[in-house]
Amino acid sequence: MSVELFRIDDRLIHGQVVVGWGQALGVQFIVLVDDDVRASDWEQELYRMGVPPEVQVAFAGVDEAAGLLPGWLADERRGIVLTGDVETMRRLVAATGGTIHHVNIGGVHYREGRRERLRYVYLSDQETAGLAAIVALGAEVHAQDVPTGTRVPLEDLET
Amino acid sequence: MSEPLLGVVFAHADVAAAFVSAVRGIAGDGHGLVAVSNEGCDRVALAARLDAVLAGRSAVVFADLPGGSCAFSAAAYARGHPAVRVVTGVNLAMLLDFAFHRDTTPEAAAERAVRTGRQSVATALPPSS
Repeated sequence: MSVELFRIDDRLIHGQVVVGWGQALGVQFIVLVDDDVRASDWEQELYRMGVPPEVQVAFAGVDEAAGLLPGWLADERRGIVLTGDVETMRRLVAATGGTIHHVNIGGVHYREGRRERLRYVYLSDQETAGLAAIVALGAEVHAQDVPTGTRVPLEDLET
Repeated sequence: MSEPLLGVVFAHADVAAAFVSAVRGIAGDGHGLVAVSNEGCDRVALAARLDAVLAGRSAVVFADLPGGSCAFSAAAYARGHPAVRVVTGVNLAMLLDFAFHRDTTPEAAAERAVRTGRQSVATALPPSS
């Protein structure tokens, strides 16, 4: 499989993704699945400018990503697929019918209505239900911020 | 005469505070630098944290990692604020130089910071004899 990581991260493309996971996995492409960024030329330009030239960056809306995922999976290069929130990942997993087997929670930070589960994971009840729905769709879910970090299963975040 | 520029060091974890502390240790107070960390922030909180510090002032934001959340957040902020410029790859040399050259435009200060910062990066060879 050439998509090495399906990640939920509310900072989208940033240091942990580009450098932390990117270096550890030898990543050559990053796909950001986000309807808002897909519709914003300047945000796409911003993210492209900040990523090393050897790493290709692509942007897709959720529906578009569902159609493009088979191509990313067949790509001989290694890649990361990112969403900025739980609901976008749930929609992507649902739209791709059992193709995504693992989902990484990389960063969901504090906002009102969320409760701390880990230092870098705060979840509302709705988001916890969204993650459970991802599991019901056939994907294993865990939290891990950086490659050397502890891999925490979803069950440990639900209490 | 307009107010001297504000410098915002915007970086991961404790890096920004450490840089500002180092500038204070070398140049004393009155350096015009403020430290902002990205700790615990998503993109919305990062933007809010930066907005609260800048508060409409003319400034240079010194971010650490190109491709990092601070750099992206600052660049997005600067898009709507022409009196704010962003420099990535912050180092101590550029901050010290900035501290003594704040009576200029954000654009000129940012260009100077890039020049100074680059000049300070070198291989330190041992003396030949």
